[in-house]
Amino acid sequence: MTLAIDLSKISKSFPGVKANDDINLKIKEGTIHAIVGENGAGKSTLMKILYGMLKQDTGSINIFEKEVNFSSPKDAITEGIGMVHQHFMLADNLSVLESIILGMDKASLKVLNKSKYRDEINEITKKYSMPLNTESMIDELGVGEKQRVEIIKVLFRGAKILILDEPTAVLVPQEVKELFTNLRNLKESGVTIIFISHKLDEVLEIADEISVMRGGKHIDTVESSSVSKTELAEMMIGQNLPTPPKREKNNLQEKALVVSNLNAMEVNGRRAFSDINFSINKGEVVGIAGVEGNGQRELAEAILGVFPVEEGDIFLGENKINNLNTRNRREQGLSFIPEDRQSQGLLMDVSLSENVILGKQSSTKYKTKFNNIKFSQASVNANIVIENFDVRTPGNETLPLALSGGNQQKFVVGREIENKPSLLIASQPTRGIDIGAQSLIWNKLRDARDEGLGVLLISADLDELIGLSDRIFVIYQGNIVKDLDPEDATPEILGSYMTGLKT
Amino acid sequence: MKLSLKFTTLLAPIFALIVAFGLSTLMLYLIGEDPFETFKIMFEYGKSGKSIISILNRSVPLYISAVAVAVGFKMGLFNIGVESQYLMGSLLSAALGAAVALPSILHISLIIFVAVLSSALWAAIAGYLKVKKGVHEVISTIMLNYIGTGLIAYLLANIFFEKVELSTTAPQTDLLPESARIPSLNNFLGIEDLPNLHGFIIGAVLVGILYYWIVWKTSLGFDLRATGSSPLAAKFSGANPARLTILAMMISGGFAGLVGMAPLTGYFYKYTTDFPSGLGFAGITVALLGRNHPVGMALGAILLSFLERSAQILDLYDVPKEIEKIMQAVIVLSVVVAYEVVKRYVTNKQIKEASRVVSND
Repeated sequence: MTLAIDLSKISKSFPGVKANDDINLKIKEGTIHAIVGENGAGKSTLMKILYGMLKQDTGSINIFEKEVNFSSPKDAITEGIGMVHQHFMLADNLSVLESIILGMDKASLKVLNKSKYRDEINEITKKYSMPLNTESMIDELGVGEKQRVEIIKVLFRGAKILILDEPTAVLVPQEVKELFTNLRNLKESGVTIIFISHKLDEVLEIADEISVMRGGKHIDTVESSSVSKTELAEMMIGQNLPTPPKREKNNLQEKALVVSNLNAMEVNGRRAFSDINFSINKGEVVGIAGVEGNGQRELAEAILGVFPVEEGDIFLGENKINNLNTRNRREQGLSFIPEDRQSQGLLMDVSLSENVILGKQSSTKYKTKFNNIKFSQASVNANIVIENFDVRTPGNETLPLALSGGNQQKFVVGREIENKPSLLIASQPTRGIDIGAQSLIWNKLRDARDEGLGVLLISADLDELIGLSDRIFVIYQGNIVKDLDPEDATPEILGSYMTGLKT
Repeated sequence: MKLSLKFTTLLAPIFALIVAFGLSTLMLYLIGEDPFETFKIMFEYGKSGKSIISILNRSVPLYISAVAVAVGFKMGLFNIGVESQYLMGSLLSAALGAAVALPSILHISLIIFVAVLSSALWAAIAGYLKVKKGVHEVISTIMLNYIGTGLIAYLLANIFFEKVELSTTAPQTDLLPESARIPSLNNFLGIEDLPNLHGFIIGAVLVGILYYWIVWKTSLGFDLRATGSSPLAAKFSGANPARLTILAMMISGGFAGLVGMAPLTGYFYKYTTDFPSGLGFAGITVALLGRNHPVGMALGAILLSFLERSAQILDLYDVPKEIEKIMQAVIVLSVVVAYEVVKRYVTNKQIKEASRVVSND
């Protein structure tokens, strides 16, 4: 059997991170090969190298037993590699046909021969039994169909190797089943498929072989028939399971946050969340589990005061904060770790010592007697954050864009809990960062909790939720559908409530 | 490291000027003129006492206009409407200033106050449209320039201009009385036998200080810059984008109101159809040239004024003086490119240093 892909000794470094470390990977033609690993394990870096989006520092790539050297995705496509990204790259106002042929021809004044293309596309959809109406508009399609358009688009360009980046992340179970049928058909016709995921059940179901990555290294490649889910998980996570250690519950009865009867609508009239009632005690971490897009982001932003609330009350401690703006809420002791540190938590092109002021512009400690900003104090406090949270940086004049994701995040977390807030909203506090930074942040959050901080934790990492939280709520379609004790919760149980399988 | 960073930033404009002069030399050479002779003539003429005063006088409104544009730039707002904003302020303050009699200090203060207020309100329209109706400020300020120009022409001809028998006179407001005129600095500085150096140059210096203070020292300025750097991060930090947009437009417009004050109170003493125009657009160039920095823009305004003034002599030597416009543009382009090059260099250096820190442990 020929090898579709043979990667040898691939390494790639980014500032502060070795994203890929001496990776050797062989993928047989006509198989479905899964690559699993946690966020930050180096899967997407490896795929970007394979697709010509990044250049490896060292190592060689062989495609169908021929050495290649990609300088752009165009080169990869020429060699028969196609990639379907997790986030679709489709324009709503084009038809399926137009979307598929988009960018195929050089822009010229020649009339497009649409019917020729239509026949070719129909041939492909028939060959791989993936029905598609070429005349539908993209915005009329469901998520599963859009994905099919993306796959056909890649096949139409002659792909023999298909890279699917987390293809099931956006699909509901029914659509996943359909996708798997399609993938099996593709395999039958000789297409090689690389399936990137961290959902082990799915991987075991669809893949012939599974490669595990961890910390930038290729740990092992195993046949899916000869491995159990637990074994896979252990390989993925390594010896020391990075779940936050359990600690005794605090028994403070004082309330840090009370949310009662909260309702909000999105701009487009869709309900963001409805009738949300819960409270967080001081020294308590309350986790919110939910599939992205079920209202948890809006809820966090409503408490912060940037998302408008229709009705209901929010109390920070004893004080009703409904009518306060974000700045006043922050002055009252509310802190916020946004889910995207780069666009929401930091000014990337401004020094760390100015970034430490962000969110505390009105704090008296950063005021001179003329009510101006006291930059000398900012510099001092930036150093405190850098010191206490082990931010690896040349100094406080460095720009955040020069730091690795983990160090950026440590700085954001440090800034948000450094001045002893009464309530912290932590949204994806350890998303996409290295394990060292992750465990430091977990410890710091735990320490702050022990000292009486109330935390609202929103995370897609279910192990993190279970490990850190004192209570867990599941949010589904804008409603809190379940209240769980983390002692009784497993990712599987949470998952079934999050997807509405259980209510 | 901080020092070397500052040092490299300083290299950018020097480097840009060398490139710009190199290109200008080439251009002069290509059209068959002696470049060095030309530069010498320009420099000799530009450094005469008369020229220096003229250059400083020109720089004052140009600088203030640049500051007005820069306030917007710091927040990521393009105020293209400084042009109609300062003309509106100049007309209204000229008309009111001529109509009242007050002690000098009060009179001048009133004129400045009216100019700042009316320009700020005119600019606020664009801010309001952006916040409430989502109209991009570039579109609205350009349209407001057209509307403003038309409105000003109407007001001047029909409301503020009392036609006397002399139908040949262009429409104009009445002359400002003595009490509303800002005296020149010549007596004070003991300058003799030279044209007047406008007193409002002190106003320009104060504008620079005020601009620096607002943008770099106050928490309002911090919010402005944060919004310019990352609108979402600023919003989550508690900055109110809607309020800031309107405020920034009004501050920008307020500075714009001061652009016309030097000509109005210094030597025109009235608003007429040939009141200096185009300063609002020139201010954009100066803001780009000075990178929104209070001192950088001052140097930029002086440099452009110097080129404009010294080019006037070229006609006498049969050198096409349009070369000056080309030099201006080449300088601005070189500065923009040089800063981008330096910025990337500094960024890369920072990334390297940061990764060295990480790999050292």
